Amino acid sequence: MIPYVIKADKLTKQFGDFVATNQISFEVSKGEIFGFLGANGAGKTTAMRMLCGLLTPTSGAATVAGFDVYKQTEQIKRNIGYMSQKFSLYEDLTVLENIRFYGGIYGLPARELKAESESLLEKLGLQEQSKKLVGSLPLGWKQKLSFSVAILHRPQVVFLDEPTGGVDPVVRRQFWDLIYDAAENGITIFVTTHYMDEAEYCNRVSIMVDGCIEALDTPGGLKTQFKAATMDEVFYQLARGAKRQAD
Amino acid sequence: MATVELHGLMKHYGKDKIPAVKDVSFSVKEGELFGLIGPDGAGKSSIFRMLTTLLLPDGGNATVAGYDIVKDYKAIRNRVGYMPGKFSLYQDLSVEENLNFFATLFNTTIQQNYELIKDIYVQIEPFKNRRAGKLSGGMKQKLALCCALIHKPEVLFLDEPTTGVDAVSRKEFWEMLKRLKQQGITILVSTPYMDEATLCDRIALIQNGEILTVDTPEQIVRNYPFPLYAIRSERITHLLRHLKAYENTRSCFAFGEYLHLTFKQPHEKAVASVTDYLTHEGHTGLECRQINPTVEDCFIQLMKTA
Repeated sequence: MIPYVIKADKLTKQFGDFVATNQISFEVSKGEIFGFLGANGAGKTTAMRMLCGLLTPTSGAATVAGFDVYKQTEQIKRNIGYMSQKFSLYEDLTVLENIRFYGGIYGLPARELKAESESLLEKLGLQEQSKKLVGSLPLGWKQKLSFSVAILHRPQVVFLDEPTGGVDPVVRRQFWDLIYDAAENGITIFVTTHYMDEAEYCNRVSIMVDGCIEALDTPGGLKTQFKAATMDEVFYQLARGAKRQAD
Repeated sequence: MATVELHGLMKHYGKDKIPAVKDVSFSVKEGELFGLIGPDGAGKSSIFRMLTTLLLPDGGNATVAGYDIVKDYKAIRNRVGYMPGKFSLYQDLSVEENLNFFATLFNTTIQQNYELIKDIYVQIEPFKNRRAGKLSGGMKQKLALCCALIHKPEVLFLDEPTTGVDAVSRKEFWEMLKRLKQQGITILVSTPYMDEATLCDRIALIQNGEILTVDTPEQIVRNYPFPLYAIRSERITHLLRHLKAYENTRSCFAFGEYLHLTFKQPHEKAVASVTDYLTHEGHTGLECRQINPTVEDCFIQLMKTA
């Protein structure tokens, strides 16, 4: 049996008579980089919140890291990492304090946390900055640190919500180096992005339109299927037909 | 004369030793669609806020529509439209009330300048009684644009109008800008998305408060100093690692399904040699061809030399 880290089966969320996420089904394997694309308002955030154990689905089934999204939300939260462009680190805490804070929340033992902090600072080349407030770091550093903190407790899967928005082109690529590293170490990556070149860096990509998954394949497979030269064209062909407006 | 002109504009915040905007000079011609392109924290918003007279510079000077941004701030405020990066309309007023409010502030009416906003406004008119706070992201953006246009400004400043917006909505927004440009409005727009650069007449690339270059997108691409190659194999992550370790690699960055590569010694046999090396490393399905750089390639190259 292939160990799926995420498995969704007709997962649905309704708000009143509005079907935000409509019977989405997919599986993500261990160590896979899974791109979760869709236009604004397509239902990505709702789907992600259900998978993170933050929102109870209306119907359908899903497991994340082997836990049920209805009944085992606390176990899910302990076994995932999460990072977004908007929420990441505490600006008024230092680099080291942030690492300790998150490590503590995820229950890393003190000794392990100390060792992990040191190796993380070294890996990111942030030793000199460890006592600086996070607020004073350039955005690129913050994003890289934020990702590293999100996987400090070695979760089975990490959810990245537009992690590279607004960062410079070089940092954007360094960020993907970190993603590849994590995936090679067996951490499953679930990532959303508006940069279509980044869709190419994923092993597989799903594209949501109006609450449904309209396409799911490798980037190469999608381009063949839609007779498109780039992922940008694939996305445009699919999302152009969307009826729904973003909120 | 240029519609917007900056000479050595400077801005420091608080006790920061590093300036947010450092000695920035460029000019925007009448009727031009001009893009200020760079990542977050590059200084784009600070420049826009100084040009729209919302922030005082610490050094240098600038004019907008012929007026000085410090002395003539009142004249400038009547002549510019400004759409900040953050949605700044009144959430509790309806679509129509917001538009009316801004028209009244500038001593005009919706009817008087309706032609200018018509194309955009018809798309949100069915919701004119809805509160602005209840609109979708795309509709908020259209309303904000209408409000910035309702007094028929000579110059329009749009600060990151497409950030966080999906690829389809971004295309639509740029279509709207093209139509506005045809009406003779000078437009300054900022964006972190390098692929939007080619939609502007001219662009300034900016990083850490400093301008890297100002030119047409075509000329910037033409100025790229090295032959550039797109290369791929069946194992792209290993390919990147191998190429970074390769002796003749000057630079190598991922660009979608390809890596973009420049050589230290771009001699005739460079491609053949690198192909040999990679085949020896076990790569299959190798493909390597010379390509034209994108604006993003140029940005990365200019960042490194800066």
